[in-house]
Order: sequence, then C-alpha cells, then structure tokens
Amino acid sequence: MPTVMFRKFEKVCAILKKYNNDPGRLITILQEVQEEYRYLPEEVMAFVATSLGLSPAKVFGVASFYAHFALVPKGKYVIRLCDGTACHVKGSDGILQALYRKLGLDEKVPTTPDMLFTVETVACLGACGLAPVMVINEQVYGQMSPEKAVELVEDIRVREGSGNV
Amino acid sequence: MCKPETMSEIVFKGRTGLHRVLICTGTGCVANGALDVYALFREQIRLQGIELVADFAELDNIARDSRALFISRSGCQGFCQMGPLVSVEPEGILYNKVQAADVKEIVEKTLLGGEVIERLLYVDPVTGQACRSQKDINFYKRQHRLVLAQCGDIDPESLAEYRAIGGYSAAEKAWVQMTPEQICQDILAAGLRGRGGGGFPTGRKWEMCRIQPGARKYIICNGDEGDPGAFMDRSVMEGNPHSVIEGMLIAARAIGADEGYVYVRAEYPLAVKRLRKACADALQAGILGDNVFNSGVRMRIQVMEGAGAFVCGEETALLASIEGERGMPRSKPPFPAQSGLWGRPTVINNVETLATVPLILRMGLERFRALGTNGSPGTKTFALTGHVANTGLIEVPFGVTLREIVMEIGGGITDKKGRIDPGGFKAVQIGGPSGGCLVKEHLDLKMDFDSLRSIGAMVGSGGLVCMNQSTCMVAVARYFMQFTQKESCGKCVLCREGTRQMLFLLDDIVEGRATPETLALLEELAGVVQKGSLCGLGKTAPNPVLSTLKYFPEEYLAHVRDKRCPAGECRQLARPEILAGQCKGCTLCGRKCPVKAITGEPRQVHVIDPGLCIRCGVCAQVCKFNAVTGFQG
Ligand SMILES: Cc1cc2nc3c(=O)[nH]c(=O)nc-3n(C[C@H](O)[C@H](O)[C@H](O)COP(=O)(O)O)c2cc1C
Ligand code: SF4
Ligand code: FES
Repeated sequence: MPTVMFRKFEKVCAILKKYNNDPGRLITILQEVQEEYRYLPEEVMAFVATSLGLSPAKVFGVASFYAHFALVPKGKYVIRLCDGTACHVKGSDGILQALYRKLGLDEKVPTTPDMLFTVETVACLGACGLAPVMVINEQVYGQMSPEKAVELVEDIRVREGSGNV
Repeated sequence: MCKPETMSEIVFKGRTGLHRVLICTGTGCVANGALDVYALFREQIRLQGIELVADFAELDNIARDSRALFISRSGCQGFCQMGPLVSVEPEGILYNKVQAADVKEIVEKTLLGGEVIERLLYVDPVTGQACRSQKDINFYKRQHRLVLAQCGDIDPESLAEYRAIGGYSAAEKAWVQMTPEQICQDILAAGLRGRGGGGFPTGRKWEMCRIQPGARKYIICNGDEGDPGAFMDRSVMEGNPHSVIEGMLIAARAIGADEGYVYVRAEYPLAVKRLRKACADALQAGILGDNVFNSGVRMRIQVMEGAGAFVCGEETALLASIEGERGMPRSKPPFPAQSGLWGRPTVINNVETLATVPLILRMGLERFRALGTNGSPGTKTFALTGHVANTGLIEVPFGVTLREIVMEIGGGITDKKGRIDPGGFKAVQIGGPSGGCLVKEHLDLKMDFDSLRSIGAMVGSGGLVCMNQSTCMVAVARYFMQFTQKESCGKCVLCREGTRQMLFLLDDIVEGRATPETLALLEELAGVVQKGSLCGLGKTAPNPVLSTLKYFPEEYLAHVRDKRCPAGECRQLARPEILAGQCKGCTLCGRKCPVKAITGEPRQVHVIDPGLCIRCGVCAQVCKFNAVTGFQG
C-alpha cells in the first residue's frame, strides 16, 4: 500500500484495532470513523468491510440504513433544525424555509458550495420545552424564530470572514 | 423507610451558616446559558471571599458552623422554559431566567444580605403572583415527582451524591438479600408496567427470562426515545444516570444476566457521556465489574449510541442494531426473553421502567401501589409541550385527568401569540406517531394504561403535545404520516408503500386536489396498513389519521369539499387578498414579498397576483393595518 493511502487509513486501523476487528461492532466503528472524516468516504467503507471480513455491500447497506451516517461530506457548521412534533406545531417550518432562502439551499442541496453550512432537519432533539429548537454542531439554541436563525448564520459568516451572503 | 432523603436534608443536617446554590444544567437551561451562570457564581464567591465547596465529598472538611457555599449542578428540573433555574437553599428560593448579569446581585443581596430579589421570581401568569419557591408554583404543586425527584436534586455526575440519598442500596439488597424469584415476584406484585409504550408487566417479562436455561443472558435499556415530542428518558439518563444503572443491576440479578447494554439515541450526546461516566465510576467502586457487591458474580454494562433510525426503538430492531445489522424488526415469537441478543435470553426495558425499579424496592410495594390506579400503579412522566403556558417535563400519579395536566400543571392553552386563551383547547396528541388525539370530551378522562386503551388511544412514550384552535388537524395527521413514512424500515410492503400512498392522499387534501373518494380511500388504506404490517411502527402508523378523522370529520370535509382550511394553516388553500378599505399603501408587503407578487404605488391600494403568489404569508405577517386576508380559514 502506498504511504499516502496508508496514512489515510491509519486512524481507521486504530479504530478497528480498538474493537478487535469485531464485525458485531460495525455501527460503533462506523460512528468513530465518521467522527474522524465527518462523513464515510466510499473507499474507507470498503476498507472497513475488508478488515472485518464483510462484503462492502453489507457495510454500505448498514451505513445507508441509518440517518446519522453521511455518505457525502457535510459543511463545517451543521445546522440541525428540529422538526419534532413540539417544534413543528410551534412553527419550525418557517425557520427552515428562512434558512434555505438565506443560504440558497433546499432539501436536495443541503450544503453550501463553500462547505461552510449544511442544513438538516431532525425528528426531535429532546428539548421540546424550548421549542422551536435548533442545534449548530453541538450548541443548542431554543425558542428560535426565523429572524434569530438567520442572525446566527450571519454571525458565523462574519466570524469565518466570508463577509455577506 | 419513608421517602428517600433529599440532598438538602443531608447537606444541612447539623450545619449552620451553610448555603447551597443549585443550578439546573439540563439541556434546556444549558441552552439558555446555565454554564456561564455556574462559572460566574464560582468567580463571584471567590471575589467575596466566601469559602466555596464544589464537591460533595469536601463538605466533611469544613467546620459545622462555617459560612461556606456549596455550589452544585443538577439535571433537568423540568421547567425548561424558565431556565436557567437557580435555587438558593436552605431558604428554598427559586430564581428563574437567571442571566450572567444577575449573578453578582444574587450573591450580594440573597447570599450575603438574606434578601429576595423579586425580579427573578417566577410570576404566575394566571394570578400575577410572584412565587418564592418551587412549592408555590402551580407547575410543581400538582405534580408527584418520584422518578424525577432526584433528577433535579443531585449532581448527575457524582456517585457520592447518588449514594448519599440512598442510591444503590436497593441493588445491594437485591444482590445480597433477595433471590431472583423474589425480585421478579416483588416487581410483579408492585404492578410495575413498562413505560416504553406497551405497558407490559415488568415482573412477568423478567420471570419469563429468568426461567430460560442458559449461562449468558442480557439486560438492555431502551434509551432510543424516538417519539418526536418526548424527552422524559433523556432527562432521566442525563439527570440521574446511576438510577438507570441501578435498575439494570436489579434486573440483571433477577434474570441472571451478566452483561447489559444501554442503547441511547444519537441525538443525546450528553446522556451518552453521563451514562459512560456513571458506568466507569460504578465499576471503580466495585458496584459493577467482576465481583458485584462481593457476590463473586460478574456484571458489565456498555453504552451504545444509536445511529438515527426511529424503528430501532422497537425491541427486535434494537437487537439487530446492537449486533451491527440494519435495524429491522423480526417477527415474534420467539420473544427476546427467549431468544434475544446473539440468540440469548434478553430483557429489554425502557429507561423510566428501569429507573422506577430501585425506588420500588426502596419505598416498598405498598407505598408504590398506593400511587396511581389499581391497574396502573405508580407515576408517569410526561413531556408537556406545544400550545400550553407551562411547557416542560412533568410527573404525575397514573389516573390524574387530562384537565389537571393541561389546565393546572400546564397553566392552560395559549393562543398564537403565546397568551393564555381559556377557550383555546382543541386537542392533545398523545403517544406521538403511533398515538391519537384526545379532545374536549376526554378532558376528564383518567390518564392510565387501561382508560386510554378503552378509547383507542395509548400512553405511548408520554409525549403530550397541546394544540390550540389555530392548529389544523389534517396537517397534524399529515405531519405524522410523513414521519412514519420516512421511518418505515421497508421490510413490509404495506408499511413501506401504504404509508407513502396515505401521505400522497393527505397531500392531495391539504393542497386542494382531493375528491370525496380521497377520504374513503384513505380510510380503507389505513385498515390495510394496520393489518399488513409486522411491527408496531406500521401497525400504528394510521392511528393519527384515524383519530383525527373520527374527531374532526368536518375539518377534513372543509378541505376536501370547500377547499378551505378552517384553521388557516394549510397554505396551499389560502386565498390571500388585500382589503382595499384597510390598505394604506405603505408598500411594506410589496418589499417583503419574496416573489414580487404584490404591486401598487405608494399610498395606493396594493394588489396580489394570485398566479405569482406562493402563499408564504409574509405579507399578512408584516402588514401593520391587518389589510391582508385569506390566510385565516
Ligand atoms: C416503532 C417502535 C418504536 C419504539 N420506540 C421505543 C422507544 O423509543 N423507547 C422505548 O422504551 N420503547 C420503544 N418501543 C417499545 C419497545 O419495543 C419495547 O416494548 C419497550 O422498550 C419495552 O420496555 P418496557 O417493557 O419497559 O416498556 C417502540 C416500539 C415500536 C414498535
Ligand atoms: S411494519 Fe414497517 S417498520 Fe415494521 S417491520 Fe414492517 S416495514 Fe419495517
Ligand atoms: S420536538 Fe423539537 S426538541 Fe422535541
């Protein structure tokens, strides 16, 4: 294996080793791999499959079943808007539309071309008392409104030095 | 033993001069800045030269009459909307919405000066009265906190605090003094029923697993909590992780398991972190490990993070997921108690079920049975959300009425603008995507497993979403159908395709394409999906549609026949129009319209081009003269 490739898989190897190449730990392994790469690149999934003695199709099958595995890269800031029942009845859809409009995104194109933002919806973040709720990476924001959401996005833009949209 | 002691009883016993400041660091309060408040308190205390104790174990090192301050962080206290919550003890003052800027004042006025800061007290929105402490607040007064009592009292990351209030004494009793048969019998006699939705008697489930042969068995805690609108299990896992582990230890002893898993939803990273720490601490203390309570028996617990699939809350799908497979349910029997994880006998219980177990052993069966109803003893937590004045996490004995929950604890229904509206009650959705709606005639219904089942609803996960008159019930049904359709695992054709077709039909209704046949077809399909699905997800997916059809037929008809949404929520049916008599020609709507569908000269009446209009409703929102109509019914 060429060194570049080898370096690329070094972290994956460490993760595989931590779980003794146990195919029963596939989901945990994929979760840790995703933490490294922020998504699951195809060649990495194939590598994991071979190391665990599974077919790549099987690993891909598991990865595509669960919503949390990303098969394409996501932006630096992942904005997850809750569309659980409580947030929905308190108007989360308006916030989603405002974010889509602000960032020029939609359901099919959830990531900005500069890879700064990804906008997703999730079913309940478990903070319904604060509905509507939005999470940017790990930070939870409660009692959101379309204006506040757009403001947060603008703040990040400024902080990241990419000026206005 | 009577009621377990509270931290404050323990901390202040035999001490004078001590204060305790308790800051809620549940998810809600943290989102509102509780961690900053905590850090600032520590800084201010230091600046004032007050002796600071941040760790329960250090309390023993200070003098009995020291004017010290014990600062601690608790799990969710339930009143998330009012966070960050800070209580000052022994006075029992509860401050709400505390911001960083208030900390200095609290230290100076309340801690040093003994003064209550009126501005930070909770004001009852109905009576306008300021409430000094938790027991004055209606939201808390009507509750009976059993499982949640410790959540808002102890530091969830401290094993020492959990043990101080009696934690792990029930597990020790189970392992040292009781036989497995006895434990199963006691839990059965207590009448504990599963809190995960089904209400299956826990003791019977354990007994079924106990009598299975086999040296290796598993106990699994179901922390998947997928129902959108529910967060009780989250609060317990985050606020009192040791109670979950203690429950699992007792279950393990009862069934003979030597290994356990907690399967936690991926959206709950803090729960994962706290549970992992709790396991590690328990292991170090010899509570878990190779020699549980010196019995020579082994018991280990692993915490596994889910990967985002609602169906994995179903027990057989959950097992597949732990095994590293796609989380698809399989048919039962064999039941997990007979053949579960890796083919071995396995008990799967909900978080709240397990957290209740140690309390039953500690308080005794009779005292537990005295709570709730005959068929549903004990208490139940609910997540009270939606259009209600007080949202949050509550716990009540089974058998209280819906009215008590919504009107008294919840403080009543609120209108669109968040004001209390005495006539605003429309419905409460219970049990999430598998459940149905409760309407006015159910306000005096007792909330317990059997009463709810008798009217075709269910306790489900315990999410209670309140809805006011501005909510369109067809849209609610469509929302849940969209959820289940997306979450169907795809194994059964009728669940996979049937839910999709039902969603299309609902789309037709809310977008104005429906005919009278649409409703008949929808109902027919609902019956077929119920019959042709393997697991609970498919079997219950039509419930929201069926129950809204039953209680709000006229609302469906208005959409279908008159192409009108009475609640004014279905945008596609809106016919926005600018009233010539009201329009002042301020041009605001024209500038705000995202598609430039509004034209008009300044100070002239404006008009909307229905062909261009996308019915987003922005114009109606921004108009200061209420000149835009057509969005309301
Ligand atoms: C689609 C579906 C989702 C479920 N989700 C959960 C869940 O999130 N949490 C839970 O405890 N039980 C859930 N259940 C119920 C479990 O299958 C199981 O009955 C429960 O965990 C048993 O625990 P208990 O006896 O303590 O209630 C779900 C069931 C179905 C069919
Ligand atoms: S009913 Fe639906 S979710 Fe359940 S097994 Fe069948 S397809 Fe999967
Ligand atoms: S519904 Fe949004 S946090 Fe639960």
